[in-house]
Amino acid sequence: MSVGPGQFMLARLDDVARWAQSSSVWPLTMGLACCAIEMMTVTSAEYDIARLGSEVFRSSPRQADLMIVSGRVAQKMGPVVKRLYDQMADPKWVISMGACASSGGMFDNYAVIQGVDTIIPVDVYVPGCPPTPDGLLYAVNLIQQQIRQGGRGGIVAKA
Amino acid sequence: MSVYAKPLSADIVSRTDNTMVLSMGPQHPSTHGVLQIVLEIDSENVVKADPEIGYLHTGIEKTAEGLFWTQAQTAIERMDYLAPESNSLCYALAVERLLGITDRIPPRAQVVRVLIAELTRIASHCVWLGTHGIDLGAISVFFYCFDLRENILDFQEAAGGARMHPNYVRIGGLNGDLPDGSLPRLDALIAKFPGRMRELRGLLQANPIFQDRTIDVGYLSPDDAIQYGVTGPSLRGSGVAYDVRRAYPYCGYETYDFDVPTRVEGDAYARFLVRLDEMEQSMRIVEQARRRLDTPGPVMIDDTKVALPPKETIALSMEALIHHFKVISEGFRVPPGDVYQSVEGPRGELGYYIVSNGDNRPYRVRTRPPSLYNLQALKCIAPGNLIADLVVMIGSLDPVFGEVDR
Repeated sequence: MSVGPGQFMLARLDDVARWAQSSSVWPLTMGLACCAIEMMTVTSAEYDIARLGSEVFRSSPRQADLMIVSGRVAQKMGPVVKRLYDQMADPKWVISMGACASSGGMFDNYAVIQGVDTIIPVDVYVPGCPPTPDGLLYAVNLIQQQIRQGGRGGIVAKA
Repeated sequence: MSVYAKPLSADIVSRTDNTMVLSMGPQHPSTHGVLQIVLEIDSENVVKADPEIGYLHTGIEKTAEGLFWTQAQTAIERMDYLAPESNSLCYALAVERLLGITDRIPPRAQVVRVLIAELTRIASHCVWLGTHGIDLGAISVFFYCFDLRENILDFQEAAGGARMHPNYVRIGGLNGDLPDGSLPRLDALIAKFPGRMRELRGLLQANPIFQDRTIDVGYLSPDDAIQYGVTGPSLRGSGVAYDVRRAYPYCGYETYDFDVPTRVEGDAYARFLVRLDEMEQSMRIVEQARRRLDTPGPVMIDDTKVALPPKETIALSMEALIHHFKVISEGFRVPPGDVYQSVEGPRGELGYYIVSNGDNRPYRVRTRPPSLYNLQALKCIAPGNLIADLVVMIGSLDPVFGEVDR
């Protein structure tokens, strides 16, 4: 759709803002385990998360919108993950990537937190050990859908 | 935070000299995972660097004790997640020695194991090179590296069914033969490799910025390297030509023709060159293994006490059915004893010390992760360098925290 000279488009401010927000979901650079490698792979040429506007991995939680919990969360790492989540500015979203982050996975033992959702709220779970990059791309898609529909954490523009 | 937050120790609080303590990590883009380094710095200079590990402690060794011998391999593959097949190969070799079946592994299985191990090494070095480049501000090299890695993962996925943890090497052989169409795929990879390698070298090797950042940074003397137990490319970058494939051959490595690249400079640039040379040597081994793959043959040991009987016999033979049931439902028992087996992983000497008490589960699986020992050397090479160079040093040691913390 192109807008020529002298033409204009009408839209609700809400929709435009959500569209813009959903097209620039910046993830936090936080690699934990195996899944972190697949998280890096989505930025590579073959998967190219830049198509979704999410290629800008931010090292500071203050600048990130999306936390991808990529891998098993050890008991020692739990407080760190929680603090990073708290440091992220609202609105923020969380993807729990892989079996370990979602439920502890195969490591049902003393060392691993049995699901990151016991310490921070999770929006999308991605199954797999590790999930394929396509799986993660789909999860980012779901986050975008959530934002466009004004789901949890999405901005609420008031007149 | 509460229970986990440690109060600052007295010697930090009552400090009167000019240095300060800075925590780097555990969430840091350049620590290659969840490493925390407690730095003591004097302005920009590192006085002391103390790696704090354990942020990814997963209890894999403990979990493995509760699983059957074959199942334990699934947990063990998740240690060094950049080279899962090196882990499973080492574990399988160790258990085979305990079982006393090392000599009965079919030759084709050994060839495919070598092939997979070397491809894994190349893929692992690709991740190392890509992230090392990013750490130093060279983004493009990452894309070239991951493209090459993607080809290798496709091959692995076709063979084992999963991209990263295929669990393809099994105790007694392999999960199955290479599928149809693998060999043309492999040929294409072999044909693509030299050009891609030229590109990678072209991007970094003569790059003045890269050289400025790496030459004479993180010098590790051969004596220190040996004292700290450093192995792999980090040791060979300091001039010690120790390679498990040469020193204690396994899987028939003595029949392959390859060099062990070494450099004497001992700095980050030397380790970089050693790894690049290693990738080319690995490809040489892959080419030799490829030529041996033309002859078909079995890929699993012919022993139904350890390996599953062929699927087609199960409906016809009562005995095969019983063996199938036994191996699946209670695994197999391994004679009591202990064994240490090591292989040359991408990061160095990867070893497993395994104890059996005659049960169908391992009694103890102790790992010798090369990354843990290599990472210790950071204490030795960091002091006197700038904080910015710390990133180079961590990258040049190439630690993987899955296996450091286990």
